[in-house]
Parts: sequence; C-alpha cells; structure tokens
Amino acid sequence: MAEPKTLGQMLEARGISRRAFLKYTSYLASSMALTPLAAKAMAENLASARRQSVIWLSFQECTGCTESFTRSFAPTLEELIFDFISLDYHHTLQAASGEAAEEARHIAMRENKGKYVVVVDGSIPTKLDGAYSTIAGISNLQMLEETVKDAAAVIAVGTCAAFGGIPAAAPNPTGAVGVDQLVTDKAIINIPGCPPIPEAMTGTISYILSFGKLPKLDHLKRPIAYFGNNIHDRCYRRPFYERGLFAKSFDDEGARKGWCLYEVGCKGPTTYNACATLKWNGGVSFPIQSGHGCLGCSEPNFWDKGGFYNPLPAPIRDVGKVAAGAAAAGAAAGLISAAAGHARKKNAMKEGKS
Amino acid sequence: MTDLLDFARGPALQFSLAVFVFGVVWRLVSLLFMPRLKDKSAIRSGAKPTMIAAVAEFFRRMLPKPEFAKRTRFTTINGWVFHLGLAIIVLTFAPHVLFIKSLTGLTWPALPNIVIFAVGGVTVVSLILALAHRLSSPVLKLISTMDDYVTWVVTITPVLTGLAAASHVGLRYETLLAIHILSICVFFVWFPFGKLMHGFLVFLTRGEMGAQLNRRGIKL
Repeated sequence: MAEPKTLGQMLEARGISRRAFLKYTSYLASSMALTPLAAKAMAENLASARRQSVIWLSFQECTGCTESFTRSFAPTLEELIFDFISLDYHHTLQAASGEAAEEARHIAMRENKGKYVVVVDGSIPTKLDGAYSTIAGISNLQMLEETVKDAAAVIAVGTCAAFGGIPAAAPNPTGAVGVDQLVTDKAIINIPGCPPIPEAMTGTISYILSFGKLPKLDHLKRPIAYFGNNIHDRCYRRPFYERGLFAKSFDDEGARKGWCLYEVGCKGPTTYNACATLKWNGGVSFPIQSGHGCLGCSEPNFWDKGGFYNPLPAPIRDVGKVAAGAAAAGAAAGLISAAAGHARKKNAMKEGKS
Repeated sequence: MTDLLDFARGPALQFSLAVFVFGVVWRLVSLLFMPRLKDKSAIRSGAKPTMIAAVAEFFRRMLPKPEFAKRTRFTTINGWVFHLGLAIIVLTFAPHVLFIKSLTGLTWPALPNIVIFAVGGVTVVSLILALAHRLSSPVLKLISTMDDYVTWVVTITPVLTGLAAASHVGLRYETLLAIHILSICVFFVWFPFGKLMHGFLVFLTRGEMGAQLNRRGIKL
C-alpha cells in the first residue's frame, strides 16, 4: 500500500472519520482562541497538508520532553500529527545509528532545503567551543549552526532549549544557552516547560501546517494561545488566595482542604503556561491539583529564583548577613558621630562658649 | 519582565534593606549617645518616675488636648486613618506577612484580600486628603519642605503599586510586582534620612518630652 501523501489520506487509511477530525480541529482552534471559521479552515488545510520534514536535535537534555510527547495518556489525534510529520532525525526514536543516522540528517537537509523544521530539545553548551557535549564528532553548537542554516523555522521544545533551563542554572559550568541566544536569523518558537504540555507542541505544529505561518508569540517567543495567561489567574485554588486561606505546609489542614499553595512557594502568579487549563494526562490533573506548588518551569532561570519553596515575596538574596553588616556599620557610624559631638562639646566648653 | 522582578527581589531589596538598617541604626545610636546638657534642677515634688512619665506622654499625645480637639479634628482623624491603614496593609496582607516572615521568622494570620483592598482604598484617599490639607493650609504650606513632599510620594507610591499588583491591573503581574517591590526599596532608602524616621523617633521624642516636663513639675 502506498504511503499516504496528505494528512487527510493518512486519517482515512487509519479509519478516522471526518467528524472526529473536525472535532479535533475545533478543539485545537478553541485551545488557541481562534474563531470557529478557523477550525474549518484548519481542518481543510490540515487534511491537504503534505508531510513536513522535521529534524529533531537533542542536546543537553534529559529526554523528558520527548517522553512527554511519546508517552501521552492515550493514543490520540495529536499523536497522529506526530506520526504524520516526517521525523527524519531523532536520537531517541530513530532506528538508524552512527553514520547512517547522520546521513539521514544530511539527506533531509539537502532534499528539503529551506522547508524543513528544526526541533531542538536541550540547551547548547558554549564554553570551550561547545566541547561539553558532542554528537558524531561535532559539538552541539556546530550541529545547531549547520542544521538551522537552511531551515524554515526552529521550534525550541522545553525550557532547556528555550532558555537554557537546568543546565544553565548557576554556576552554569558549560555555558549553556537557549536556541534564540545563538540563532538570530530564523523564525523561532519557544515551547518551554519541564516538560512542555504535549498539546502546546501539537497545537503549534498543527497551526503552522494549517496556515503556513507562525502563531502569535509573546515577548519570550512563546505561542500566546498557550502561554498568554499565568497559572495563578486560571488556578482553581485562586478563590482561597483571595480569601487569605493558605496551606502552611504540604501536610497541614490547609493542604488537605485544597487551599492556596502561595505560602509554600507556588510560582503560579509569575508563570505563564496552560497547565491549569489543558492539564496533563488527558486533562486529569496538573501539579497544583496534585498538591504541589508551581515551580515556574516555563519561565527563564526558574532554577535560580530563590528556591522552589520560598514564597514569591521573599527576597532571593541573603538579606540577613547584609543587614547584620549594615547594622554593625550603622552602629559604628553612630558612635563616631556621637564621639565627634562630644569632642565639639568639649572644645566649646574649653572656649567658654557653652 | 521577569528579569526586572529578579532584580527587585534580589539586589534592589538587598541594597535598600542594607541602607535602611544602616541609616536607622546610625541615627538612633548617634542620637542616644549624643552629648547633652545635664539638667541640674531638682526634681519637683510629686513627679512620677521618669520612665512612667515618658511612656504616659507617648500615649497622651495620641489624642489632642480637649481645647484643641475641634481645631485639629481633621488632622487627628485623618492621621489616624492613614497610619492605621498603612499598618493594616503592611502587617496583615498575606504576601507582606510572608515577606516579614522571610526576614524575621515571625508570622501571624493574614486578612482576606478584599479587606486589604478596602483598607488600601481608604488609605490612598486619606493620604491624598493629607496632601490637600498641607497645600491648602497657609501655615502648613509655609513650614513644609521638600522632605515632606518626597516622604508623601514614597509613602503613597507603594500603596498604589501594591493595589495595582494585587488586583493585576494594567501590566503583567510580574511587572507590577517588580514595580511595587522597587517602590518599597525607594521607601526603605528614604526612610532613615527623611521624615519617615519618625516611625522610630516618635518613641524617643515623646518620651524625652514627657520625662523633661515631668521633672519640671508640669502637669500634663
């Protein structure tokens, strides 16, 4: 049987009805806050979309992002989108290895010049000319530069690829950075998260395949549809925040009653992601619903913001020692001022002016 | 704008708190150890113990003398309103309780946000009235210095930015929070060197006044 050339043909071959596909595109359109007409356009454009060549580069990463996508809750239409793209290079998923694997990447780059999409997960080490991480004898830095040269767009998946993530945490020994700090002449979309929500990834790819352009992005190059709201504004525990009812620890009465986790370090108010609306594992839950505060994993430098369990109002630098030093210095200055006053008084007494 | 928030929660807060502590300790120590003339007069008969007289004077001055009550009604009531308002906001808004806890380890229950919003609104109005009174009273205007106006600005700004941040109005939350924290940093830096220092000095000045008047046998 000939391989389907369009997504519509592939869906037909797999027995997916048009009704089910329309439901899926309606869901995607609504998740991206598009109009109902856009859902229809998405369905038509996606059905006729041809296979998109994708080169997936994994650098300094833990494979959590790939795990997130490939181990979703149940086989869904989102997975079919991944089946549909031509994943020409992916360390974890590809059967080829060694020179054959690298050859696959070069063939994809050659045959789809200017049209392929590069997906990056993991940060890129820059110290020692990128020697901290190499693949097939070249550094990640070289591989990225070589691969994105003729790409149509770059999607940085996960916080490591988007902002440097955990490898970039202080003291950042490898000089890890995100993609957009190195690639400045290509369209880049960041889909951060540790890991990112699968729907944010599939939704973004579907949008590109449907409309042939990038979705609206925020100032950190994240799709606004998925990263436009902070977790706090969409959190089901928000009413408890407003009423001043907080869990003080993870096993107290407040925690058992589902009160707000702000006091135990939740970063929901400063974290933009769709966790509280799309949730995880087929919409079952998300970290706050499971009883743990948001870590802020879709934000830059989330590892270095003063500790996961320190509340947002707490200073992120050690104030105690500095304050103690300032107090000692203040006391010394005060005593010097007083001593100067005593000296002036003594002189004045001597001169008979007092 | 996350970087601005990091700056506010990090170096800005650290620096401003250091200046605040340094300035307050410097002024208090220099004041307490400054040379003073000995009062060589005899303590009048019937005078109270000095410490009791000092504490009593502190509380007595919280309300005006009956003969001045009518004339100073506005400044007395308005002063109480914004001082109490500021105290409620600073000490009972949940994020502020957490901030104080992070610095001192001390904690207490917080009030619901709606109460803080209400108190914040009243406090802002009260502060605006205080400024209007200062500008409309010829005597007050005459004796006002730049210190008074700067103090007013650095006091009302954290209240306004705090209300905006708590209600997520205008800009993104992290930007509002960063601006709010930075406005508090300015407050901390100005505190020891301007009239805000009365927050500490009021205890010394009233107490000293009470002790001196008591020694001289003045009936209060």
